[in-house]
Amino acid sequence: MVLGVFWVFAGVAIVSAFLCITRRSPVASALWLILTLFSLAGIFVLLDAQFIAALQVLVYAGAIMVLFLFVIMLLNLGRQGPSDLRGWPGRLVAAALGLLLAAELWAVRTWAPEEHLRLPEGAIARMSEAEGPVHVISDALFREYLIPFELTSVLLLAAIVGAVVLAKRRL
Amino acid sequence: MLLGPSLAVSAILFSLGVAGVLLRRNAIVIFMCVELMLNAVNLSFIALAQQLGPQGQVIVFFVMAVAAAEAAVGLAIILAIYRHKQTVDIQNINLLRG
Amino acid sequence: MTEIPEAVRLVWLAAALPLLGFLANGALSLFRPAARRAVTAIGVGTVAAAFAVSVLVAAGLAGSGAHEPVVLTYWSWIPAGDLVLNLAFQVDQLSVVMLLVVTGVGALIHVFSIGYMGEDPGYARYFAYLNLFIFFMLVLVLGSNFPVMFVGWEGVGLCSYLLIGFWFEDKANANAGKKAFIMNRIGDAGFLIAMFLIFRSLGTLEFTEVFRLAPVSFEVGGTLITLITLALFLGCTGKSAQIPLYTWLPDAMAGPTPVSALIHAATMVTAGVYLVARANVLFAMAPISSAVVAGIGALTALFAATIALKQWDIKKVIAYSTVSQLGYMFLGVGVGAYVSGIFHLVTHAFFKALMFLAAGNVIYALHQAYHATHRHEDAQDLRNMGGLHRYMPWTAALMWIGGLANIGLPPFSGFFSKDSILAAAFARGHDAPIFYVFWALGTVGAVFTALYITRLLIYTFHGPNRTGEAERQHLREAPPVMTGPLVILGLGSVFAGVLNLPHVLPAAGWLEHWLEPVTSLGAVFLPEFHLTAGTEWGLLALATAIAVAGIAAAWRLLKPEALVPARQAVPERGIERVLANKYYVDEIYDALIVRPLIWFSERVLWRTVDALLIDGVAVNGMARLTRLFGWIGSRLQTGQVGTYVVLFVLGTLVLLRVMAG
Repeated sequence: MVLGVFWVFAGVAIVSAFLCITRRSPVASALWLILTLFSLAGIFVLLDAQFIAALQVLVYAGAIMVLFLFVIMLLNLGRQGPSDLRGWPGRLVAAALGLLLAAELWAVRTWAPEEHLRLPEGAIARMSEAEGPVHVISDALFREYLIPFELTSVLLLAAIVGAVVLAKRRL
Repeated sequence: MLLGPSLAVSAILFSLGVAGVLLRRNAIVIFMCVELMLNAVNLSFIALAQQLGPQGQVIVFFVMAVAAAEAAVGLAIILAIYRHKQTVDIQNINLLRG
Repeated sequence: MTEIPEAVRLVWLAAALPLLGFLANGALSLFRPAARRAVTAIGVGTVAAAFAVSVLVAAGLAGSGAHEPVVLTYWSWIPAGDLVLNLAFQVDQLSVVMLLVVTGVGALIHVFSIGYMGEDPGYARYFAYLNLFIFFMLVLVLGSNFPVMFVGWEGVGLCSYLLIGFWFEDKANANAGKKAFIMNRIGDAGFLIAMFLIFRSLGTLEFTEVFRLAPVSFEVGGTLITLITLALFLGCTGKSAQIPLYTWLPDAMAGPTPVSALIHAATMVTAGVYLVARANVLFAMAPISSAVVAGIGALTALFAATIALKQWDIKKVIAYSTVSQLGYMFLGVGVGAYVSGIFHLVTHAFFKALMFLAAGNVIYALHQAYHATHRHEDAQDLRNMGGLHRYMPWTAALMWIGGLANIGLPPFSGFFSKDSILAAAFARGHDAPIFYVFWALGTVGAVFTALYITRLLIYTFHGPNRTGEAERQHLREAPPVMTGPLVILGLGSVFAGVLNLPHVLPAAGWLEHWLEPVTSLGAVFLPEFHLTAGTEWGLLALATAIAVAGIAAAWRLLKPEALVPARQAVPERGIERVLANKYYVDEIYDALIVRPLIWFSERVLWRTVDALLIDGVAVNGMARLTRLFGWIGSRLQTGQVGTYVVLFVLGTLVLLRVMAG
């Protein structure tokens, strides 16, 4: 049952990712990417990461992709222009390298963490059932990773300032 | 149980992202392909977090934060380039040519 | 070890005074070149004082009766591992003789220079160089080990260079200086090699130690000792102008005449003879080297004498005569008659300095005469002289004395010293017939000596005057400050012979006895050679006959009346031309050594090695290679993000492959 649902999401994600990179229109690409991100959010739920799945939808599929679409619209690239896909030599190179990479990554797909490092089956699921899915991540985030978390705020601030500086016509 | 298939899907998505970067010339689309690659990696982290503990999820949280910052800055750069050259086609952006 | 006499301890003053004079005169020449009185007082005063000190030292040494050399160590110079060199002076019978000759003749020539150089703008500079020369010469003769001697050896070479090129505004003079310097450098390489070999085999360079260790460390006639002595002799051929390195000395006449007298006749050029006499143990242990020394000496004596026959420049004649007489000295030390060599060195210092200074008077007179009439004629050409005895009787008489001493006419000093050398060579011929050949060469050389000296004197002082009508009234005898030193040298030329009279005469062999502590070291290795009284009388008679016959032949054969002034002279023909051109030795050296060297330097070293290999391949090639790599690198920088990504992905693939194993 779970595996079936997983493969449905996985299939949607892969197909829409493929469409994302092959559609001529940037807007279409962006929309297919959003679908991929939604599917990934579904897979995240299946992998007991409900909170991250929610963030995926809110932050990625929502905020970031809206930003992308916004810029595409702003630059007026939505209209059907000349294709930005490369010619046949470029396509062949892209396909070849992509397949090669997939093959190499496929080879390591079956690697699993060593037995003694592994949590018991369903441990994360039980934990989120008992304490709530947010608690699972927040516990680690605000204890072990407190300083990186705070630094993230600085990073975001810097990004905001940087974006303003870059995008503004005249300071 | 879902680890192997998840990693396989992650590999495929990542390769698609790379292929996309190679395939496209539009800087924004290339940027989106990079986001795709980031998400493929996120999937690996989540899948492994199920077995190794919630730290993997924390990493994904950070990746999202960085992706957000990156998107903001990157899109601002693309905006500035477009203003300057009236194009976002990377073939026309070759100031670093030797 | 006997007590060192107080007077001997003063020897450092003899060297220090001229050095002080050099410093003071050097400063004056830079800041107050016009202060001629001060320069004169310092320049002449220090050397005269040095002579006084030398007399004291000699008296002290003679009074102490010391048989061992007195070594006075002043400070440690180069202490480096096994090599410990001290700056030390060695006072013994030999160095005292040299000390007296150098300071004595040096002082006289300083006095002469007051007059000769009186009007030269470089007066202070001249005296500074001259004082420096005396200092280095004293270091040379007093040094107690090879390196200290070498310092003096190089120092006198430097002063020689500076003084030959004293009038460096004329390029020919500067070139003559360079020639002397380079020729000496070739010989010095031999000296250095000899020092290295000595240190390597004996572990010391101190004279006393080397001469003590050599007899026990080397085998007589062995390869090593032969090599060492031959290398030392190479140094001597450079410094003392022997075949094959003699060509610099005639050119060195470009310097002021007193310099020629002091450096290139009386003192510096005899350093080689002094070195061989000093190292007599080493040479006595190497019979082959000794024979080479004698042979080269005899050959040079004859060779230079023949060249002197046809030279027209008065100084060149005397210069070749010097080369020839130095050859006799080497013949003497080569046959093992070290005392005879030193004896001839002493008498030669007197009569050759006398001849040079007298020639200086003549040149001075002619120069003044031509200066008065503003004519540009060669003041040194014999064809412009003639009949000068009427105008400068003192100079003529004194030069005749010097000339007769040079010829070797009894009872002048040169007779005794040259005869003792030839007699020794003749005596050695008894057991090694090759020495008969050397004796014969020397004897023939003596005939030529008589001819060229008489020719020089006749053409200069006798016959009609060829200077010129207008100039004749301006010919004057030189001032007393110049003739005075000549008189003293003349006395020396006449009477220095008594220092070492032949055995058949009463009161004989005084110098031989005096030098015995030095020469006895080497005498052990030499065969005893004695001449019967009859043979000795016979040789004396032969020498006298040669001298008289040579003078008479020249007097009868030469026709000074037939000479014309240099400007109207016709070039010589045949053998005369070969002689006048000095056997073309300079041209042969030029063709065989200088030109190939220049060709090699230019074509191979410059154009091929330097320009092509170093500049072209190494330097520019490296630059081109760097540029090529840079070009390749810059081709990779297409500015196309696509290219970068492809390369980046390829790199990732490779890395992944490697890491995934």
